Amino acid sequence: MGKRWANRIALGVLWLCGITTVLVLGAVILYVFVRGIGQITPEFILTRPYGVNAEGGIGPTIVATIYVTGLAMLITTPIAVLAAVYLAEYAVQGRLVNAIRFAADTLASVPSIVMGLFGFAFFVEAMGLGFSVLSGALALSFLMLPIVMRATEEAIRAVPRFIRWGSYGLGASKWQTVSRIVLPSALPRILTGLILAMGRAVGETAVVIFTMGQAINMPFTPLDSGRSMTVHLYTLAMEGINMDAAYGTALLLMVMILFFNLSARWLTARNRKVKE
Amino acid sequence: MTPLSGAARPEALEGAAKFTVRDLDFYYGDFHALTGMNIDVRENSVTAFIGPSGCGKSTFLRCLNRMNDLIPGTRIDGTITLDGEDIYGPGVDPVDLRRRVGMIFQQPNPFPMSIYDNVAFGPRLHGIKKKEELDQIVEQALMRANLWKEVKDIMERGGLTLSGGQQQRLCIARVLAVQPDVLLMDEPCSAIDPTSVQKVEDLMAELKSSVTIIIVTHNMQQAARVSDETAFFLQERQGEPAELIEFGRTAEIFTSPHDRRTEDYITGRFG
Repeated sequence: MGKRWANRIALGVLWLCGITTVLVLGAVILYVFVRGIGQITPEFILTRPYGVNAEGGIGPTIVATIYVTGLAMLITTPIAVLAAVYLAEYAVQGRLVNAIRFAADTLASVPSIVMGLFGFAFFVEAMGLGFSVLSGALALSFLMLPIVMRATEEAIRAVPRFIRWGSYGLGASKWQTVSRIVLPSALPRILTGLILAMGRAVGETAVVIFTMGQAINMPFTPLDSGRSMTVHLYTLAMEGINMDAAYGTALLLMVMILFFNLSARWLTARNRKVKE
Repeated sequence: MTPLSGAARPEALEGAAKFTVRDLDFYYGDFHALTGMNIDVRENSVTAFIGPSGCGKSTFLRCLNRMNDLIPGTRIDGTITLDGEDIYGPGVDPVDLRRRVGMIFQQPNPFPMSIYDNVAFGPRLHGIKKKEELDQIVEQALMRANLWKEVKDIMERGGLTLSGGQQQRLCIARVLAVQPDVLLMDEPCSAIDPTSVQKVEDLMAELKSSVTIIIVTHNMQQAARVSDETAFFLQERQGEPAELIEFGRTAEIFTSPHDRRTEDYITGRFG
């Protein structure tokens, strides 16, 4: 009898702890949804804010967010993927490679406010790029680089050696094997890493506030400044200007990130199905 | 030691030697894996390598197309010639060698792409781009691998959707598409069903008129069925390098082996 009860209690506690995670996520989403949904109209998404209370929409901040994330993506992807190919396929495993991996892992754990400060000192000031989408994208790419690199490296390592041997056995060179067999086989997992990194970049605040500025204008060239959705949200809420618009912005931001995460999950699931 | 041990070549057999191996020793880093291997593999025949697990058969096989070069820290002593040319000599590109000496693995390993692209992969690597030419090569290779009838209407389907036995024949077709002289088969039947084993064995009998085949197998009945000559490998003690104990006509190895250890192995006393 005692054993059965202990079992039930243990199970109950475990269940409760597990469900807490779901409840926390649910509560955050629900709260933001209830407060923000009233704001979401075509005007809110498309038009620019006006007046002292930032009425109207948040159009330029959405554009700036997508712009800076996309640009950061373009900068990050080739560097991260090629670095991962080098690490996984070419480098002689040893101290240098371990140092590169350690650097990547440490880079991933640098507080984003520090990364922002560095981006400000280096890109905005020293390189003279000013508060701009380009400065923001470069600083964000520092943040995304280790995520994409490690995801790619793991994806490459997960390609079975039998498949590589098949390619070598046909007289393929190393580069032919890597480019025609290994990378295509690893692609779904690489994309998953990219999408997660994009989600991280979209939600980043500290880095972009230091590097892209806060001006609400529609950025056209990479050297224009802009205000991301996160920075807009921060400003509206902290200065108590327009809480409704802040929640509307928060909701849109969460929808975007949720979309990224779901895409990543979908890709992973589809990949698993193809393998089986 | 019997006079046949190591340098095993019981009598002159008809046909030119395709591979000639002399005094081969092989090392994985500090580990001495193979020692004193001497063998002549006859052109257009099937040669079987038998022996207990871990006796170096597959390692030796991978010396023949320099696949071991891909494993860091490996080293060989001695010579291996293919058609009289030293394959470890300076100026030999292992990539070119592997086109001439194709390899089939234990686990069928189609690439994650269509059946057509799997077979066209090799020819494309070597610069063939014209659609008609590729179509012809792919069809011929699949016919030679006895797979054409089963797949001719589903060429765009993924190679991984085929059954295990079909996948193995697809891999054979993929190798045949680059026109190799030699086919190395590393336990090609141990991961597929019995019906498919039959098909692969029939295929070997058909192919040997144009390709020299070397097969590593755990299955002695298979070696007896498919091969013309058989080599018996053995690592006598843990930690010591494996040796080639006896090499000769398959019929002879299985009926009147010269070495006691060969006899013990084929009569099932160990292994």
